[in-house]
Amino acid sequence: MHSPVLLQIVVLVTSTSFALWTADFPGSDASVISQILEPVGIAVESSQSSAPPLHRQYGVDTGNIASAAARAPVNDITDPIVSSRSPPGDQHRETEPVSFEIVKWNWEHAQRPFLIAVWIMVASLAKILFHLSSKVTTVVPESCLLILLGLGLGGIVLAATNRTEYQLHPKMFFLFLLPPIVLDSGYFMPSRLFFDNIGAILMYAVVGTLWNSSATGLALWGIKQAGLMDKKVDAGLMDFLLFGSLISAVDPVAVLAVFEKVHVNETLFIIVFGESLLNDAVTVVLYKVFNTFVEMGSDKVRAVDYVKGVASFFVVSLGGTVVGLVFAFILALTTRFTKRVRIIEPLFVFLLVYLSYLTAEIASLSSILAMTFCGLCCKKYVEANISQKSRTTVKYTMKTMASIAETIIFMFLGISAVDTSMWTWDSALVLFTLVFVFVFRAVGVILQTWVLNHFRLCPLDWIDQVMMSYGGLRGAVAFALVILLDKSKVKAKDYFVATTITVVFFTVMFQGLTIKPLVKWLKVKRSNQQKPTLNEELHERAFDHILAAVEDIAGHHGYHHWRDKWEHFDKKYLSQLLMRKSAYRIKDEIWDVCQKLNIRDAMSFVDQGGHVLSSAKLSLPSLPSRTSFSETSFTNLLRENGSGVCLDLQVIDTVRSIKDKEDTVMHHVLAGNLYKPRKRYQANYSRHFISADEQEWQDREVIQRNMRCRLESFRSTKHSVYQSKGKSRHKKSQKKHRSSDVNGEVPNGKPKRNISWQDTVPVVMTMESEEEEEENSGAEKEDDEGITFVARAADEVLLEGKPSSTLGVCQSPFLLPPSPTCAEKELPWKGDQGDLPACVSSETTKIVPIDLQQAWNQSISSLESLSSPPVSETQQLQRRTVPPTRLEERGAPGALARPPLDPFFQFPERALAAGRSSEEDSAECIQQQELRPLMSPDKQPRPGSSTGSAGARWPVQFNRAAQISLLKNVVTASPYKGSGQTDL
Amino acid sequence: METDQCTLYYKSKTVNSALSRTEWIQLKEVLSFHDWKLVTLALPKSCHLSSHQITVSSSHICRLYDRFHALDKDDKGSLNRSDFQNISELAVNPLGDRIINAFFPDGMDLIDFNSFVRILARFRPVDQNPKKEPNAPEPINSRVNKLKFAFQLYDQDKDGKISKSELLQVLRMMVGVQVTEEQLESITDRTIQEADLDGDDAISFEEFKKSLDKVDIEHKMSIRFLR
Repeated sequence: MHSPVLLQIVVLVTSTSFALWTADFPGSDASVISQILEPVGIAVESSQSSAPPLHRQYGVDTGNIASAAARAPVNDITDPIVSSRSPPGDQHRETEPVSFEIVKWNWEHAQRPFLIAVWIMVASLAKILFHLSSKVTTVVPESCLLILLGLGLGGIVLAATNRTEYQLHPKMFFLFLLPPIVLDSGYFMPSRLFFDNIGAILMYAVVGTLWNSSATGLALWGIKQAGLMDKKVDAGLMDFLLFGSLISAVDPVAVLAVFEKVHVNETLFIIVFGESLLNDAVTVVLYKVFNTFVEMGSDKVRAVDYVKGVASFFVVSLGGTVVGLVFAFILALTTRFTKRVRIIEPLFVFLLVYLSYLTAEIASLSSILAMTFCGLCCKKYVEANISQKSRTTVKYTMKTMASIAETIIFMFLGISAVDTSMWTWDSALVLFTLVFVFVFRAVGVILQTWVLNHFRLCPLDWIDQVMMSYGGLRGAVAFALVILLDKSKVKAKDYFVATTITVVFFTVMFQGLTIKPLVKWLKVKRSNQQKPTLNEELHERAFDHILAAVEDIAGHHGYHHWRDKWEHFDKKYLSQLLMRKSAYRIKDEIWDVCQKLNIRDAMSFVDQGGHVLSSAKLSLPSLPSRTSFSETSFTNLLRENGSGVCLDLQVIDTVRSIKDKEDTVMHHVLAGNLYKPRKRYQANYSRHFISADEQEWQDREVIQRNMRCRLESFRSTKHSVYQSKGKSRHKKSQKKHRSSDVNGEVPNGKPKRNISWQDTVPVVMTMESEEEEEENSGAEKEDDEGITFVARAADEVLLEGKPSSTLGVCQSPFLLPPSPTCAEKELPWKGDQGDLPACVSSETTKIVPIDLQQAWNQSISSLESLSSPPVSETQQLQRRTVPPTRLEERGAPGALARPPLDPFFQFPERALAAGRSSEEDSAECIQQQELRPLMSPDKQPRPGSSTGSAGARWPVQFNRAAQISLLKNVVTASPYKGSGQTDL
Repeated sequence: METDQCTLYYKSKTVNSALSRTEWIQLKEVLSFHDWKLVTLALPKSCHLSSHQITVSSSHICRLYDRFHALDKDDKGSLNRSDFQNISELAVNPLGDRIINAFFPDGMDLIDFNSFVRILARFRPVDQNPKKEPNAPEPINSRVNKLKFAFQLYDQDKDGKISKSELLQVLRMMVGVQVTEEQLESITDRTIQEADLDGDDAISFEEFKKSLDKVDIEHKMSIRFLR
């Protein structure tokens, strides 16, 4: 019944998620909070004096979280100033002010939010405190420390006030503290791993929980019947079954808190953790069923009720899942259209997932299931749709909230345990429960594993089973459920509370403490925490394909078959529907991994000042120290690369004498370092847009250079042959081009490759090319980027001009040196060489920078002005345009014949430019100067014209002048890494 | 003793030709009669297959035989490439043709049931408790053999190395068209740089193995139903 109110809050307080959090929090009894805060040093007396009937007041609105959070106290305003200061929206009685007071203590006005904030503060400070000593936290799990802290705080309060009114309120727990944790775990759940093990997880979650609760309940009842328990424990079979149902569920919060520090292997972790999440449905149903039975009285329970209970299980679990899936769909669809409101993108993620939780709660379905599946299923599409910054925001906000919720849960668990009024100790009950919980868990795990191992590909060995039994931690869920019991109906509630607290403390403290040594002792397979390397990613993908194919051949429609089908369906329909067109097109996991690796490398490169490379064996030899970085690297690299190097980013061989070259070098060093001064304090008035300004471009550029440089160094150290080749090229351009024309196709074995390609895989290729056509046409329809016609034109030419054109597009790289083509055409003295575009020396085109560039831009460009197309698309279009251009060239050699046929939108102008001398060009390129601050004026024309419009065409330059940019980058890298880091 | 009986029975049935469907069923009955979970098949037609190399349970053999028969459209007792290519799911598998080729080693055009089973046997899950026999040859479903299967899909010219162009081909097959050729090349470069230990700009089998050291090949290259 609170949920509708909360829904309102959620809608009202959408401005910031933190505001949402703080508004959500006050389920706690504020009066008790104030007591707890006394030892912390906050004066509560004044509030008591100004509002005497404080306790009555909070007695009234303790339940009503919403109104308490949002509004000032309604009834007990005694002071006139307070009322006059209170917000105009308040609808309370106002008395006329007697006189003006300069300063008035206005405690009630902000009491609740203040207390909540302080409370969170205490929790966070405690966390800092614990982590001051790394020794303590490696030995003792944080959850244990927090419980101890809670016990301590609770004890202080108890000693100070002789009152213990506070406990971990179930409503607060289920509505506000649990969701962040579930959201975090659901959203960041490794979905592949999860679904790979879904069978085992479901088995443990459903069968295991059923077994645990019934066995525990029955055994306790047996103990009671045997007379071993205190007579005062007034409980029948149903009471014990009820207790068994709440005590038997493995708790996600506790499991996560303990296991995330232990780092067991992924399979083990996902099984235990998945179980703890999915058993919620079973727990909820069992709890409700038995609770109803207890309240009805066990003698009135009929067979129909049992049937209803079973049916309710399916409704609750499947219903929860469906709610989650529906909201996941809505969320994915929503984020597809947030292009212009990037700033609230993260909010949608939180809101909709939270709504799924609340919806399930309203319908009394399994809310944890709903939230888990919502997070799990929406992630792929949401991540593709939202921008990089939003992704980061989502990630960190989620982690922050989950972490703080976890902290508070454990702390309050400790605090509420001090409250002796609500629990009654019975040694027999506690002891036997502890034993049963542990034993039945172990027995259940062993039995189920035995069954499962008949079906599992990788059987779980006994070490896994030990860990799974031992990892069955109970936590706050059990505690909240036991508090929710109705004392009038469940007579033995106090005993149950005491037992639950003991069990929870025992599992969290004892098992939490010992699980790490146990893992070490048993030599449980640990997880390797590295991100997948490109090789792994690539080959694993291949393995998936192989397995699917083998299953098809063997005629067995197994797991891989279905996953294949699902992926097909997902690709064909779901992704089309739920992903942004741009996101959909650039979405490829392998490429993704490569991109991430590149970015990571680049970041570590920047972080480390550029002289310690992450991969040690490839370290650049010439960068001895950070201080002399700029000079040494520069000179060394200069030496390495020989004399014929020009540092201009765009121009390859303009340098005719050493002196000229050195001038150029120095000039560019300067120019490169003379970025526009970094503006630290920028006024940004728009609340809704984070503009990607000039400064960001610069920062990004610096990072990009570092990335290029980093990867460049890979090549320069490994392929010195190419380097020397590069030398000669710079000196004698024309000769170079001719020679590379001759050998350009041979060294890489490309002709051979094409042959073998078509020989070996004819069927697949035709299939793919059909798809490609589809996608191309789809792209044409969908494109709203303004340069669509380019792609279309290219494709048309392609399809008409070449019979196997689609094959050509994707298979023949020597037809596709796109960016160099553009750049090269601009060089005046080369204008009359028809075949030049294809003659790009192979060593430069192989170099990664383009892709780095692209990777970087892809990840960032989502945040910038939306009218400009993402770089990737532009580049893609470029790629497509090239083959027709080349065809054209073959037909009618000569640069000037091209313009009308070339589909590239800026080409005509540039083609004209190609005919002119470079001096003429400089005028029109001055406008671009501010975009390329590092260019020297005298080198402007060519680079400028090839650069075209801003960043969208950067790949052009990088490709061409990769060697040179290496030097350039290294030189310019160090002074700007600071700004780069801040951008990151 | 029972093993011998079965082997004798099997051999007597397979002197000249492949077993018929009913014979396989009979064989299965005998096997299940003796309640053998796993039966060692000493396939007489391919004598180089030792008993250690291939162990597939009897029911699976029957199942595979049915499948083999279903694929063999015109009852010729062997499969050719087009039989495989008729499998519709394989047509949408990006590596489908590579995998089909892997079923036809050494330029053969037909494979019989024995080879069929032998190749599929590579995808059996690895036995949990391998019998420790000192001189036993490596089981056909060992990690190395699984990896070899994958490796040979890349290594088209069979020179024991995955060259850059070979990798690029496979990559091109596996990624969507939205990835540009430059991106692919850079991925290829990176992949090779990552795995290449001896600097020959190609991935040898050893390097291939090494790069996948942390991957659970036994899991990822196994099909449960062959267990």
